Amino acid sequence: MATEGTEKTKSTEVKKKLNVLIVDDDPLNCRLHEMIIKTIGGISQTAKNGEEAVILHRGGASFDLILMDKEMPERDGVSTTKKLREMKVTSMIVGVTSLADQEEERKAFMEAGLNHCLEKPLTKAKILPLINHLLGA
Amino acid sequence: MDTLIAQLQRQFRDYTISLYHQGFLDDQFTELKKLQDECSPDFVAEVVTLFFEDCEKLISNMARALDQTGNVDFKLVGSSVHQLKGSSSSVGAKRVKGLCITLKECCDSQNYEGCVRCLQQVDIEYKTLKAKLQDLFNLEQQIVQAGGRIPQVDI
Repeated sequence: MATEGTEKTKSTEVKKKLNVLIVDDDPLNCRLHEMIIKTIGGISQTAKNGEEAVILHRGGASFDLILMDKEMPERDGVSTTKKLREMKVTSMIVGVTSLADQEEERKAFMEAGLNHCLEKPLTKAKILPLINHLLGA
Repeated sequence: MDTLIAQLQRQFRDYTISLYHQGFLDDQFTELKKLQDECSPDFVAEVVTLFFEDCEKLISNMARALDQTGNVDFKLVGSSVHQLKGSSSSVGAKRVKGLCITLKECCDSQNYEGCVRCLQQVDIEYKTLKAKLQDLFNLEQQIVQAGGRIPQVDI
């Protein structure tokens, strides 16, 4: 019987689906990113701010990939990324920034512990190389 | 029936192309269409609905902030327009996005009259887009009800 996040292939080898956490306060972005992950063959969960993301991890959740928005209420992307790295979270964390963000802001976001930074709006073409790299690693 | 379907498909194609050529939509809308599939046949409509909800909420926030003449919270206006710019960018609402950029500039320079004028234009523009997309979705529905398929439109 296949468990959540896995599917049986014909060779009886369990193929793990990419498990993604979308951290964003904007329902529109959450829906868009959810759909992109789904079309790539992954499964996703959302946290509407950084604090929710931290609570999820404290509860034992783990993810292959975290898509982290920068500007959020309660706890922003920079603070959340720092916190997750302090908690020894080793997931690939990809920051999602907007064109208006200054270079210094982007640099601070990267230095908080991101693996990569992508500019909104996210598309399948932008995220696929990172997913392939993650699956290949 | 085939003639009706062909006619509707032609209308749909022409209308879609006109929305891009007139600058209402950009490539990001095409990306949304590509993500839509049989499992999520209403994905574009869903996302677009979320966008228009964002528009109403954020425009209302900005209008309220600008109403406080002499004591305008430009930071609040700036943060709302930043969010709206993000949303419009995510759905490919090109004209709305462009106006948000202008509004942000007015806000950053605390140009009150500029902000008011721009916000009025943003309001008009999102309502125009809403009506046009509704027409587009109606055409899609008519095609499907007539037994036809929605044509892929290359821009």
